[in-house]
Amino acid sequence: MSSIGTGYDLSASQFSPDGRVFQVEYAMKAVENSGTVLGLKGSDGIILAAEKLILSKLHEPGTNQRIFNIDKHIGMAFSGLIADARQVVQIARREAADYRQQYGVSIPLKYLNDRVSMYMHAYTLYSAIRPYGCSVILASYEDGEPTMYTIDPSGVSYGYHGCATGKAKQAAKTEIEKLKVSQLPCRELAKEAAKIIYLVHDELKDKNFELELSWVCKESNGLHQKVPDNVYQEAERAAKQAMEADSESDTDDL
Amino acid sequence: MEGPNDWMDAPHSTGTSIMAAEFDNGVIIGADSRSTTGAYIANRVADKLTRITDRIYCCRSGSAADTQAIADIVSYHLEFHGMELGGDPLVEIGANVFKELCYNYRDSLMAGILVAGWDKKKGGQIYSIPIGGMCVRQPVSIGGSGSSYVYGYVDANFKPNMTQEECVKFVTNTLALAMSRDGSSGGVVRLGIITEKGIERRVVLGNELPKFYEN
Repeated sequence: MSSIGTGYDLSASQFSPDGRVFQVEYAMKAVENSGTVLGLKGSDGIILAAEKLILSKLHEPGTNQRIFNIDKHIGMAFSGLIADARQVVQIARREAADYRQQYGVSIPLKYLNDRVSMYMHAYTLYSAIRPYGCSVILASYEDGEPTMYTIDPSGVSYGYHGCATGKAKQAAKTEIEKLKVSQLPCRELAKEAAKIIYLVHDELKDKNFELELSWVCKESNGLHQKVPDNVYQEAERAAKQAMEADSESDTDDL
Repeated sequence: MEGPNDWMDAPHSTGTSIMAAEFDNGVIIGADSRSTTGAYIANRVADKLTRITDRIYCCRSGSAADTQAIADIVSYHLEFHGMELGGDPLVEIGANVFKELCYNYRDSLMAGILVAGWDKKKGGQIYSIPIGGMCVRQPVSIGGSGSSYVYGYVDANFKPNMTQEECVKFVTNTLALAMSRDGSSGGVVRLGIITEKGIERRVVLGNELPKFYEN
């Protein structure tokens, strides 16, 4: 990176002469080193999927989860540094709980997104602290309306129909663009999400991974939870079949 | 305090008749207009129907000072929250902010409040917050000292999904009955009709009030 050694990359509270904040850009790099996560907003809810890279064979399955519950109707998936993300999760949970305490109703996702992104942005302003090394996807299903946002380490957030962050975000986004996401029901999207995660997984660099799938939709009564076992298995099967079909057609070409 | 001049430092309170009732596309709120300091009528044309937001109002009973202060605080809260959300706050949220204040400060407050309004999510709604800080949604609710005299009338005459004018008539009758029996209620009947369009305010003057058997 051309900026290295110029001294403007040491503090988040200082611009470089060409108007960049390097610490924030480095935080984005941290996000790009982690497994891919994606969110798909369908006709009746949202699917979150994560490629959880397994760094050691000694890990128990199911540890270091990448998708969390924030409130009963809100889910959060992240890519980046797990320890940083857990802090964001905690902040979001506290915001949701405080809102419920104060107003007696569950927090609207638009509001939670505003609060959490303000919080993440605040960490890009001071020299004594560093920005969060994670991007998060927030998803909810409120009054029949699915909503999804992502927040970057810079504190910027956008609403999406389909989004991806992490290692293979470009490849994943290209795959998502091929789908008519908003017309598909969640059961279909679970398969599509699994297919994309399997497809963008880099077998050469990262050996093992675990697929995490959660949804918040009509079928789950507006609750965010892990997809039921049968949906998970169906999705995983569809993904593996697609991969096999893919590799067969590859060999045909040769 | 006891003595010939005890009325001079009696607290200013809204010994009151207030009510709210849901109808097919909104709510009607109503109140008498008597505001007393002991036995002295401090104001005979008081307005106990207080704006919180354009589509959320409250009917106040109890200490005038306490309820005005609470209404101001809630109004501030909801206006701010409306800006944060980018839309009108829900009636449910308004009621909860009232409840939170009334419950947390229950030992120092004298306030019985009806929160009524209209929102996109649940239409016309009424929440009753009596002394102590409970909060409960009701399709029709009455409050204040005058209400004890008209529970039977309300039970006998309230019907769900009345038309607007049917409901206005019902509220006016109930309040007129309460005001005629209750010594600390009287004056005129003030009404508010809250629908999607906002509020329409009406007044029924003392000489225009419906007459019932008096003995």
